[in-house]
Amino acid sequence: MQGLQNGASMYAVDPRRTSSAKFADLWLGLELGSDVALANTVANYIVSNDLHNKEFIAHSTTGFDAYVESLSEYTLEHGEALTGVPAAAIAEMATAYATAEKAQILWTLGITEHHNAVDNVLSLCNLALLTGHVGRWGSGLVPLRGQNNVQGGGDMGALPNKLPGFQNITDPEHRGKFEKVYGKEIPAEDGIHLTLMFEAMERGEITAAYVIGENPADSEADIAHARKLLKGLDLLVVQDIFLTRTAELADVVLPASVGWAECDGTVTSSERRVQRVRAAVPPPGLARHDQDILRDLAHLLDYPEWGDPTPEDLWEELRSLSPLHGGMTYDRLEAEGGLQWPCPDLDHPGSPFLHGWLWEPDLGGRAGAPFSPVVAQGPKEQRTEEFPLWMTTGRSLDSYNTGVQSGQMNSPIRYGNALDMNPADAAQLNLVDGETVKVSSPRGSVEMPIRVQPDIPVGLTFTTFHFPELVDINQLTNDAWDKRSGTAEFKAASIRVEKLVTA
Amino acid sequence: MTIAETTTENPDETPIETSVTLTINGSPVTVDQGQTVLDACTSAGIDTPTLCYAENLTPVNACRVCVVEQEGSRTLVPSCSRKAEDGMEIQTDSPRVRHSRKMVLEFLGSGVDMSQAYQVHRWMDEYGADPGRYGPEAARIREDVKVQDDLYIRDYDKCILCYKCVEACGDDAQMTFAISASGRGFDARISTEFDVTLPDSACVYCGNCVGVCPTGAIQFKTEFDMRQADNWKPEEQTVTQTVCSYCGVGCNLELHVQDEKIVKVTSPADHSVTHGHLCIKGRFGWTYVQPTIERR
Repeated sequence: MQGLQNGASMYAVDPRRTSSAKFADLWLGLELGSDVALANTVANYIVSNDLHNKEFIAHSTTGFDAYVESLSEYTLEHGEALTGVPAAAIAEMATAYATAEKAQILWTLGITEHHNAVDNVLSLCNLALLTGHVGRWGSGLVPLRGQNNVQGGGDMGALPNKLPGFQNITDPEHRGKFEKVYGKEIPAEDGIHLTLMFEAMERGEITAAYVIGENPADSEADIAHARKLLKGLDLLVVQDIFLTRTAELADVVLPASVGWAECDGTVTSSERRVQRVRAAVPPPGLARHDQDILRDLAHLLDYPEWGDPTPEDLWEELRSLSPLHGGMTYDRLEAEGGLQWPCPDLDHPGSPFLHGWLWEPDLGGRAGAPFSPVVAQGPKEQRTEEFPLWMTTGRSLDSYNTGVQSGQMNSPIRYGNALDMNPADAAQLNLVDGETVKVSSPRGSVEMPIRVQPDIPVGLTFTTFHFPELVDINQLTNDAWDKRSGTAEFKAASIRVEKLVTA
Repeated sequence: MTIAETTTENPDETPIETSVTLTINGSPVTVDQGQTVLDACTSAGIDTPTLCYAENLTPVNACRVCVVEQEGSRTLVPSCSRKAEDGMEIQTDSPRVRHSRKMVLEFLGSGVDMSQAYQVHRWMDEYGADPGRYGPEAARIREDVKVQDDLYIRDYDKCILCYKCVEACGDDAQMTFAISASGRGFDARISTEFDVTLPDSACVYCGNCVGVCPTGAIQFKTEFDMRQADNWKPEEQTVTQTVCSYCGVGCNLELHVQDEKIVKVTSPADHSVTHGHLCIKGRFGWTYVQPTIERR
């Protein structure tokens, strides 16, 4: 917002007219799931009007010709038809983006919670490559993270194919480095991600699960299916700070402590900034630190080499193994207000942005960044006569995920579990604001109140997933998922809204 | 942007090449160009009273308690907004400055409940301010504390109209514009639109107004309740800096803890990530750590 005060332009692209959209120069209210169509149309317009950065493209990218060819059908007229956004608005945004000295594309789950999530992301990367808005001060591609440490989780190797510092499990050299420190052999094959785990449960290949700090029994798409699979496990261990719906299904519950208020350690924010968290209060009752639970488990599993490390000991080990973090001591993190990786050595100031090498006069023999032609697909599920409305899910300011944490705060601005609907749609269905209705998708039905909202376009509805105890909204969402990212299409389901029959 | 023009340095961050030297109470003080007289005083170890100033807000020059005497200036100048210049001669402890500061503190203290403005007590002593000398009939607001939700309260008997909350709610931080000054003269109040209750206003409960209030006029409900119960003990509280759990921004939190319980959350104004500003989740979403229902 301070950037806008200082004269920056902002274009908001969202099916809903969000709070951010109200501060934007222009709101592009695109059709649900038409993100690739919009990006490709913007790209076509930039190239057709000779607004692309030819020097950067020639020097720092590959695959430009094939990319341009893939754009041919995305004319302004066709783009308008595919996205519902007026051609003039697309042209204005494309011109502003291409001619800006510095420009960023910021996105969150509206891009990634689709069955073609990776295509959505690639289509935005293409725009940055086309205009040179990447790898330098003030320009870039900025995926905003939804948790304080989802970045740090990935950085620390909580990915099925990576060791800490994004080193590959399948690379014997990387693996060997860790094996030497751990004193144990590491399985040489990639593991599988959450979505594939549920599929493996279905096939009976996974029969036990150890869930730490996650509530999949509320958060998965097509939730009835996910709960059935969790219930069918031979063993479910849940380590959490609350008795969540998932923990209620568990054979063993290990009470844990609150990471940011009861433990010492680090977290890593969206901008790759590693910062210290510190214990301010003791954990209640029998709750224990995650690292203590894991240490005891390691000892019980006959691995005494684990020892009894402090959080700082663990961090020092990480520094010795992950070149990205090599220069980040606890002292530096404290003194410098956090550091952004890569920070390979003690003299390195940290890195505010990535991909600066694309602007080096000599790329050092590296191939440039590749353009990735992508085709617009739209949502997996289409509206039908039986399910004539779109439903998209998201968040509201004062709530968080499945509400386990934020539900404890008595927020004066919480409006609860309503389905937001355009006044015209409500009128057509003879519904009034606050009325409880039956909402059905091809996967299930729930009852919930509606909230008449002029900021929601006709044909679209919106609700949050913060109140699963009130409305089990993920009974309706679509678990069609992107095979590359493992993310389900929470953002687009077809639904029907019906008046409740009064007795 | 061409390949040749691009560097890894921030082009907007022009290195500071010039410094300025001014004289404060007869001694030379050197600061970077663009810094204020207040910055210069602080770097020289001089304690300057401030009320409407905050390092993360634009100066509004409302309270006049930070004034200093500048050679050649007819009037006293507010140190919080006046930029330091080469050759300036500043007096911070002259009779005129001391008298002015004393009067400001006395007038504010006679019309407003300053009992929770702890910083001010020190300055009142320092400048010999005696608000009581205007007698018990001095005008006071004396209206009921507004308790309209579980997150914060407004007590306008403690409000000195410094405008910090308005700035934090508006274009210095939150861009919500839920509160502003209404009325004139003694009837001026910080108010929501048409004086509706806070939950009915545009307020998004970021609490950034609470974060900058110097007198406790806008106050955390937790603190208010504990004060009512005579159980607010700042001298027994510890403050631990950590990072908010609710999203990927990385806002820094200061957890104020009394008797092993979090009692309020603030944010360091000098931290580069959000300069002391938070959202409703960061400032108030900590209650799950010690829920009223037992954590099972």
